[in-house]
Amino acid sequence: MNLILNGESCAFQGVDDVAGLVAALGLDARKVAVERNLEIVPKSAYARTGLTDGDRIEIVHFIGGG
Amino acid sequence: MDGATAAPQNLAEDTWTVAGRTFRSRLIIGTGKYKDYAQNAAAAEAAGAEIVTVALRRVNLSDPSQPMLVDHVKPDRFTFLPNTAGCFTGEDAVRTLRLAREAGGWDLVKLEVLSDTKHLLPDMEETLRALKLLISDGFQVMVYCSDDPVYAQKLEDAGAAAIMPAGAPIGSGRGIQNLLNLGLIIEQAKVPVLVDAGVGAASDAVVAMEMGCDAVLMNTAIAQAGDPIRMATAMKHAVIAGRQAYLAGRMPRRMYAEPSSPLSGLI
Repeated sequence: MNLILNGESCAFQGVDDVAGLVAALGLDARKVAVERNLEIVPKSAYARTGLTDGDRIEIVHFIGGG
Repeated sequence: MDGATAAPQNLAEDTWTVAGRTFRSRLIIGTGKYKDYAQNAAAAEAAGAEIVTVALRRVNLSDPSQPMLVDHVKPDRFTFLPNTAGCFTGEDAVRTLRLAREAGGWDLVKLEVLSDTKHLLPDMEETLRALKLLISDGFQVMVYCSDDPVYAQKLEDAGAAAIMPAGAPIGSGRGIQNLLNLGLIIEQAKVPVLVDAGVGAASDAVVAMEMGCDAVLMNTAIAQAGDPIRMATAMKHAVIAGRQAYLAGRMPRRMYAEPSSPLSGLI
């Protein structure tokens, strides 16, 4: 499955929902926010939010800023 | 804005409230431009800050082990104020802050909608439009704005939780450029007024607070000082000094001298 992940095309195998994607990327789900095709995915919905080929996923977090 | 007539005697009781949250520290600091997050955290402690601004960006997926802000400047120690830095449209700002709310669960946010990367001054028409979008989405919005009393009033009328005029362009360190306008904004506002952007020296922070600002927000003045931790301490004291001076009420300005020693009883 190909995803547009943070603007770049990435191929994944064995990942079929947001929870699986966050885990596969080695991210702490408590520290990030996820958007799928411009819709925010609530943390509570990661496991039931399936991914399909071509989905545009943004994964963001807080960094330093003024 | 609270009046000098209600000046509390005890510094510890001199709080300010924004969107129902009460704070003692009147110094909000940014978390950008520091050498690293450890220095950032030390500066926040030295500043006595209770609120820090933060930005939202893509996770670096090529290196998930890179340092994360929340591991150093901890959200259980500081109130995070997510910003919309880098946003040039209302839609960008709303999208960013919705993600910030999901990342951390905060509804108190800082809106800034910029116009031009050269001066980073706010696009006020777009800022006002974004403010209305955010309020209808349930956010409590502290608004970075130009030092224009007319637009400041429009923001307040639209429901801004705080008015945050730029003293000077972001990162310029030029101090408060239009004291008259800032004074007008403070006088008319019924929500907190903070100088956000432009502070370069501790004396700039004193001036803002002496004029009656409720708090000051700064980033570069601390982060790019020779010794950021010491400057954070200086800014803490500057904000306290300015606040206390405002509450105390300054002496009248006079045209001519008035001796401090009695003229009677001279030998």
